[in-house]
Amino acid sequence: MSDVNAATLADFAASEASPPVRGYWASVGHRLRYDYATLFFLSVIIVVALLAICAPWLAPFDPTKTAMAYRLKPVGFKNFMLGTDDLGRDMLSRLLWGGRTSLIMGMVPVGVATVIGGFLGVLAGFVGGRVNTLIMRAMDIFYAFPSVLLAVAISGTLGGGIKNGMLALTIVFIPPLCRVAESATTLVRGLDFVEAARASGATTLSIILHHVLGNVLSPILIFASSLISVSILLGSGLSFLGLGVEPPTPDWGLMLSALRSGIYIQPLVCALPGVAIFITSLSFNLVSDGLRQAMDVKA
Amino acid sequence: MRLITERPDTRPTPAASRDRGGPQQPILIVNGLRKYFPIKGGLLQRKVAEVKAVDGVDFSVMKGETLGIVGESGCGKSTLARLLMHLIPKDEGELIFDGDPVDDIRGLSLRDLRRDLQMVFQDSYSSLNPRLPIQDSIAYGPRVHGVGKAEAAALAADLLNKVGLRPSMFGARYPHELSGGQRQRVNIARALALDPRMLILDEAVSALDKSVEAQVLNLLSRLKRELNLTYLFISHDLSVVQYVSDRVLVMYLGQVVEIGPVDAIYAAPRHPYTRALLDSRLSMNPLERMSEPPLSGDPPNPVNPPSGCRFRTRCAFAESVCAERQPRLAAADGGAHLVACHMADAESGHGRAGLSAPLH
Amino acid sequence: MPLDALADATPAGVQIARPLVEVRDLNVRFVSRDSRTNAVNGVSFSLQAGEVLCIIGESGSGKSVTMRALMKMLPEGKTRIEGYLRVGEHLIADMTDRQMRAIRGAEVSMIFQEPMTALDPVCTIGQQIAETIMRHEGCSRKVADARALELLQVVRIPSPERRLKAYPHELSGGLRQRSMIAIALSCRPRLLLADEPTTALDATVQAQVLVLMRKLQRELGMAMIFVTHDLGVAAQIADKVAVMYAGRMVEYGPVAEVLNSPRHPYTRAMLASNVHGHARGEDLDTIPGSPPDMRRPIRGCAFAPRCKVARTSCAIEPPPVVHLGPDRYFACIANDASAEAAAT
Repeated sequence: MSDVNAATLADFAASEASPPVRGYWASVGHRLRYDYATLFFLSVIIVVALLAICAPWLAPFDPTKTAMAYRLKPVGFKNFMLGTDDLGRDMLSRLLWGGRTSLIMGMVPVGVATVIGGFLGVLAGFVGGRVNTLIMRAMDIFYAFPSVLLAVAISGTLGGGIKNGMLALTIVFIPPLCRVAESATTLVRGLDFVEAARASGATTLSIILHHVLGNVLSPILIFASSLISVSILLGSGLSFLGLGVEPPTPDWGLMLSALRSGIYIQPLVCALPGVAIFITSLSFNLVSDGLRQAMDVKA
Repeated sequence: MRLITERPDTRPTPAASRDRGGPQQPILIVNGLRKYFPIKGGLLQRKVAEVKAVDGVDFSVMKGETLGIVGESGCGKSTLARLLMHLIPKDEGELIFDGDPVDDIRGLSLRDLRRDLQMVFQDSYSSLNPRLPIQDSIAYGPRVHGVGKAEAAALAADLLNKVGLRPSMFGARYPHELSGGQRQRVNIARALALDPRMLILDEAVSALDKSVEAQVLNLLSRLKRELNLTYLFISHDLSVVQYVSDRVLVMYLGQVVEIGPVDAIYAAPRHPYTRALLDSRLSMNPLERMSEPPLSGDPPNPVNPPSGCRFRTRCAFAESVCAERQPRLAAADGGAHLVACHMADAESGHGRAGLSAPLH
Repeated sequence: MPLDALADATPAGVQIARPLVEVRDLNVRFVSRDSRTNAVNGVSFSLQAGEVLCIIGESGSGKSVTMRALMKMLPEGKTRIEGYLRVGEHLIADMTDRQMRAIRGAEVSMIFQEPMTALDPVCTIGQQIAETIMRHEGCSRKVADARALELLQVVRIPSPERRLKAYPHELSGGLRQRSMIAIALSCRPRLLLADEPTTALDATVQAQVLVLMRKLQRELGMAMIFVTHDLGVAAQIADKVAVMYAGRMVEYGPVAEVLNSPRHPYTRAMLASNVHGHARGEDLDTIPGSPPDMRRPIRGCAFAPRCKVARTSCAIEPPPVVHLGPDRYFACIANDASAEAAAT
């Protein structure tokens, strides 16, 4: 009896010195709050997203309205703050509207692929055995092709258009996400607390929901966030090749492609879509990196 | 100081009323338990070899006793624990829990067994979910068995009290905010949450610092008294096993080599391996230093264990009979002390067979 | 004979008077963005050539950190090391990374608890030994290979020719630890640092490795700092023992004196809480509570909150260091007759 009492008292003393009780996600948030570089790039993404969302109100002109008299005008020409393209369309308006398509191309395929790939990966990792072999070998088939080639091939087969482009990108992203989810799950599955949960008589579904998901979510999310910039670039690439977004819909990749002939006349204007892609994908990459640092802590 | 708080019994049946066979019925009988792990190789993942992790193990555990299991790494003691918990499927053998065979069709269902039999793992950190507050980890088992949320939380708080952690201070914490000893207390509380009758302690104190180990050992002995528990205490530390056990079982390469009352085994080991193990204990007195190691070589690979007696490759008394025939586990003296060695069997044909004096 | 070859190389010029290792007021702090851990606080000790010092302590006591500071084997950028550190004629604090690399593995080498992580999984044991020798001594491959074979014989690895070509995963735990000792001995170090090298081994194998290490240490005249939490291991191998608690050395002295007549309450409590030879059914004498949080500065004696003989003054001022002889001290206020009587 006295043993317990003494131990409890000493626990008191020890706990005084311990850090405040904080859950995992709260501590991730806490670490992010002091990571100023990540916060900066996160705000860049937010600004880009806000600009794209508010395009209908912010854009001074109709992004598809051509004006042959004002072709390839420089930055700051009359009312065209960022100049005009080879068909005389206002670059600022096109960049704002183009941001919408580019961001959608970046985020939707990754989001959908995270859900599907994550589900397949957790299933393969937790159940193991034949289910694992079946799912993972199927993923390996996709791995046999370079991702760019695969995206081009799929959207080439399906035909152009933004929906088919996104579908192609989703298919490209499922295998790597599935693999990350599978390896994270396999790791967690071998830990004693999963064994302990099984020993208490829990069902597989209950174990996955209560014990596995919480522990595999962060590696999956970190990886998914790093794919967004890849998706923006790939989406732009598809548009550049004429496979994703179809003209005259504004899209950064498509704009870059269309303006490549004008590069000798207005180099600055023609580089603008490229700059937009660069800044956005860089920001996503750096935020993903910051997220990894904040989440990847062995408590 | 209320250690055992009065609480309404929320669980379907209290442990005591689940006693079926009476005090003379062993709580657990293990017969011919066997588990081989296949090693797969080659392009087609064919089975190329087998690890004979547990190879024909028989023993029983009486109600209220502590059976210590000792052996070196690879002797199959952890596999044995997982087989008993049904965390891995057995290849062969029979488990009888309090008179009922564990079998979903005829006997005790797995779900019922897991209420009665729980386990504490060695690694206090990896056996707790890092994303769950510890009170939720403890309450998880009862929740799975249909106890309501509020009741399960009250139960968790009560158990934390029992293991010497103040619920108001520790309940909401995450595993990484606790020390190793505190985490192992939580693991014990978690194992007790289903009100089991028997606990398997798989190296439960081995990873702890010595002073913390002593605290946890005291806690375990108090809980055993108060809750009327039976322990299966697996450890590689012979001094700890001697301190906690009533009987000891010594394993070598997946087989039982000796089993018997702790004092008999520690005072007069009959198997040369047991003796070597005991001699390997380090004296705390710097003036009594070991000049020669009691045993040379490492334990052989369980993939390809030696023929006959598995210990013969490291045994100083090995003779040709040891390679030819496998010794059977038989009574060495008076029944309770069993040993599997040709030297203990008068008819084995071993040169030292039947010499009644224990190995000294 | 391989052993002679090694023994020849032990430096002849070491004077008895001057210790091989000298550490004065060592402080090690780990600094991170949100906390500062005072891992080692004012540790001083010295070690003669050919002597074995065991640093005993529980996890977090700073025993490993103290030893690693001697080789600057601590995470760079996060660690602040202060104090006077000398090994042989090298002043560790002033040395560049490059100079440190030249000493590591040559004059001072180290073995670890888990040999599997310390050995390179893609190289054979023979390659790893030979490369260490070639790197530090610049000899030919052939000479190095021959020495590698000798070394495996020295550490009593059966059928050494075959083991030279083995990869670490093909060896058992005991053989891996012997291989690591062989690599550590390959350049005839004057000082061997051992970080719980027998903790992960089985009881029978631990006994073998301990006996081997003591034999080799004697034959090579090598000094050794051996970190362990196991008093039994210390009793087997140490000449001197230093007990650490919360980053401080609380007791120091010849092994027989410290283990048989401990003076510091922590050493006494640690010995008393050991299950070895304890009667069944009787509760163990435990040290209540847990060690202090090293992120907070500790006023007074760090052990005071758990100490049976603590007085009010213990929490206020740091305990005095009581010297009982040139090689024997402890840090406790309770050194007068009454406290001793109470404790014995």
